Amino acid sequence: MSDAVAGPRIAWRVAKVLDVVRETSRTRTLLLDVPGWPGHRAGQHVDVRLTAEDGYQAERSYSIASAPKDAKLALTVEELDDGEVSPYLTEELHAGDQFELRGPIGGYFVWDIPIGGPLFLVGGGSGIVPLMAMIRHRNSSLPAGDVVARRNLPARLLYSSRSWDEVIYRDELARLAAGDPTLEVIHTITRQAPDDWQGFRRRIDRAMLSETAWSPSQKPRIFVCGPTPLVEAVANALVELGHEPNMVKTERFGPTGTPG
Amino acid sequence: MTPISRGFRGRRQPEGAAGRLPPGQYETRDFPVLSAGPTPRTPLSVWDFTLRGPDGQSARWTWDEFVALKRDKVTVDIHCVTKWSKFGTNWEGISIDTLIAEAATRGIKTASYVMARSDGGYTTNVPLADLTNGKAWIAFNYGDAALAPEHGGPARLLVPHLYFWKSAKWVRELRFMETDTPGFWESLGYHNYGDPWREQRYAGDE
Repeated sequence: MSDAVAGPRIAWRVAKVLDVVRETSRTRTLLLDVPGWPGHRAGQHVDVRLTAEDGYQAERSYSIASAPKDAKLALTVEELDDGEVSPYLTEELHAGDQFELRGPIGGYFVWDIPIGGPLFLVGGGSGIVPLMAMIRHRNSSLPAGDVVARRNLPARLLYSSRSWDEVIYRDELARLAAGDPTLEVIHTITRQAPDDWQGFRRRIDRAMLSETAWSPSQKPRIFVCGPTPLVEAVANALVELGHEPNMVKTERFGPTGTPG
Repeated sequence: MTPISRGFRGRRQPEGAAGRLPPGQYETRDFPVLSAGPTPRTPLSVWDFTLRGPDGQSARWTWDEFVALKRDKVTVDIHCVTKWSKFGTNWEGISIDTLIAEAATRGIKTASYVMARSDGGYTTNVPLADLTNGKAWIAFNYGDAALAPEHGGPARLLVPHLYFWKSAKWVRELRFMETDTPGFWESLGYHNYGDPWREQRYAGDE
C-alpha cells in the first residue's frame, strides 16, 4: 500500500444552515456557513454526512451551486422519491440546524476563467447545479461593464427540464441573460410546456446540439451534467458532431435505465 | 462534536447487508454510471489487449485470442467512491493471473505496480499484489450479456476489493512499473490506494 500523492486530509466540518430557499417543488437551496471552508472551484461537490440520534450515519454527495467568491456556500438538493438523505435536507432542515460536510471534492469537472471559452453548458434537471456555479462564477468574475472581456468568453446554457415549473434557478437565469448579451440561456421542455411556449419541446438530440453549440473549430469547453441517459446521448452526439472527446466533460447521476 | 440531525432516522442496513457495506456506503439495486467524458466506442475488430513489462516488452491479444483464454465467472460486491455499493454482481472475464502466466511464456516480466490504460486516455494505478491471486479480472460479460459500453465494454478491469474507479472501463493495457505513479483520479484528489473498508476516498484519507 502506498500513498504517492497523500496530502492533508479533507476534514469534516460543521455546516450551519443560514437559510433554506425553495427553488422548485422538489428542490431546495441550502445556504450554509462553514467555518474553515477552504474555498472551491465551480463544478466541485461536497460530501454531506447526517448523524441520527442513535449514532447512525449516512453520506451523500451534492454539487456546490455558489460561485467561489459568494459569501455563503450554497448546495441545491433535489428530493429523490425513495431517497434516504435528500428528503431530510429538503423538508426537515431549517435555519440554525447543523450537519457535517467535507470538501471540496473533484478536480476534473471544474471551470474557471483561465480555462477560457466559449463555454457550452448542457444540463438536465438538477444537473444544472454545478453548471450554475460556473455561470455565477463567470458573471461575478468578469466586470459587469466589460463587454470585451465577456465577448471573449461567451457562454451558452442548454437546459432540459420536464416542465416550466421544474426549471431550477429560472428567474436568476433569465435575469443574468437579460443583463448580459454574451450569456445565452436556451431551455427545452420535455413533458409539459406552457401553451404559448416557443422554445424546444423535446429531449436534447443531435439536431438541437448542432443548432445550439459552437462549432468544433471554435473549441468550446463543454460541460454536461444530468441523468445518465441524457449525458450519454449528449456526449455521444457531441463527439459525432466533431467535438474532441477530451473537450467534453461529464457528470452523470442515476442508473442507466437498463436492468442492473 | 458531531451534530445530531433530530428527526433523521435514515434507512439502516437491510437484513443481510450487515458486514457487507463499507463505511459511508449505501446499497443500490441499480447500476449507476460514472465517467469523466464521452463513452468511447472501439470496434472489436480493432480492439486488442496489451500487457507491457517494465522494460517495454509487451504481449498482445486480439479480441478473439483474448476471449479464448481460460475464463472465470465471479460474483462480487462492488463499491463506488460516490457512495453506492452493489451486492452480488456477476461477471465473466480473464483473471490477471491467467494473463500474467500467458505473458510469462512470451518473456514478459512483471513489476510491483501496474498502470491500467483505457480508450479515451483514462488511467488508474494499482499495486500488482492487488491484481494477483484471484483478486482481479479483465471482464467482458456482465450478467449473461456482453458488458455495455457505458459500463466499460468491450472490457473493463475488475478489482472489486478497491473503490470502483480502480476498475478501469474500456481498458486496453496493463503496464508494469517499478515505481508507483498516480493515474487519472489519483492525480485529481482521490486516494492513491482506495480501500473502501478503510474509507480511503480522497487524498489524505488514512
